[in-house]
Amino acid sequence: MTTIQGAIIRLVSAAMLLALAVSPIWAQKDSARLKKDDSSVYDELAKAPKKAAARRNPLENDPEAVEAGANLFALHCSECHGATAEGGRKAPSLRAEPVRRATPGTLFWILTNGVVRRGMPVWSKLPEPQRWQIVSYLKSLPPAEASN
Amino acid sequence: MQKIAPFLYATGLHLSLVLVLVLGGTASIAHAQESPYIVAYDHYLEEPGSLELEYFSTFGTQRDGNDYHAFWGEIEYGATAWWTTELYVEGQTTFNDSTIFTGFRFENRIRPLQREHFINPILYFEYEEISGADKILKEDEGHDVEADHAVPNALARREHNHELEFKLLLSKTFKGWNIAENTLAAKNLTGGNPWEFGYAIGASRPLALKASAQRCSFCRENFVAGVEMYGGLGDRHSFGLHDTSHYVAPVVAWNLPSDWTLRLSPGFGLNDNSHRFLLRWGVSREFSGFGDMIARLFGSHKP
Repeated sequence: MTTIQGAIIRLVSAAMLLALAVSPIWAQKDSARLKKDDSSVYDELAKAPKKAAARRNPLENDPEAVEAGANLFALHCSECHGATAEGGRKAPSLRAEPVRRATPGTLFWILTNGVVRRGMPVWSKLPEPQRWQIVSYLKSLPPAEASN
Repeated sequence: MQKIAPFLYATGLHLSLVLVLVLGGTASIAHAQESPYIVAYDHYLEEPGSLELEYFSTFGTQRDGNDYHAFWGEIEYGATAWWTTELYVEGQTTFNDSTIFTGFRFENRIRPLQREHFINPILYFEYEEISGADKILKEDEGHDVEADHAVPNALARREHNHELEFKLLLSKTFKGWNIAENTLAAKNLTGGNPWEFGYAIGASRPLALKASAQRCSFCRENFVAGVEMYGGLGDRHSFGLHDTSHYVAPVVAWNLPSDWTLRLSPGFGLNDNSHRFLLRWGVSREFSGFGDMIARLFGSHKP
């Protein structure tokens, strides 16, 4: 191995190990962006295309959809959005007025596409019916209390 | 070194268990929704702040040599919603030969696009520091063939590879089906080796698309089944299928509500250059809130 090759290998190794070391800090920097009174977090709802926003929830008459959606929410969403969707340090309340006003199709679109820049991953890995079940659960939630 | 390798391996496993217990006490556990692939990648990254610990085994048959059991441990962390970083540590036991540590890999996957599209690309960068005795077959590239693995460990481990690997991961999920296609280009930085190429493709689907109203272990939606195929595509000087190996492997994953994911995949060689049979299995557990836990340790967040 030549000296130049050895230097390149050491440089690449060092850069990658450094990236690994700083990645948790990076994640915190991203998640720390959410501020309690930052209503701009709901701006993404307005970006749903009209066709997507107009979609109806095919499970809106399914009696088990809310319960199944509550389980899915607890498994996948509550870590960031709070156990009862009241919001957390990393993600906003889903009981807030903009979310309550949003159509089922809009919520489904947000779930599918995520808000990657703000730290919400895409959830298209959940099959469509499961995403609609989560939407059913969100639509069943009461509004946030005044204290929230 | 040969004699202490099994001891080091056992110590490594004990350390992993301690890490799992420590994390279990400090980070919350997230329900895994994992793909069943072992070689192919879909376009889903780790959730930001989540840590996933994984262990995988590959048993391989070997003509003109001893069968082997190769294994790797994997630490996967979601740095952001668009960046996942992973560290692999690997080793192998060749029966009637020895157990050795074969190296480490450091991998990064980056999502360049903000939203879901018809096809979703992910950029993959990996640096490998592995010996010639590496047998985990995490990918198949260039002119890799079964005969490469017939070399005794004492000889094979003298070869040291420092390799850069790039992949373009393309994936799409439609009506519950995930279709993934990965193309790879790898360059061994030692010894003036040419660029090598390879591929992996996969298709999978949960056995049920709707979730049950009650939590359950054996519900059909917890099982994801599919198939993957992977192989080499030669190198810069001789691109193509000649002198390459190829595999097809049914895959199944069981995502348990008790926070574990189990994977099983019997693989079959498709030509005379391939191992006839590979049996792979893996177990993983995801811990959400790991990033928060680290931040609390260093006092940057108050509970």
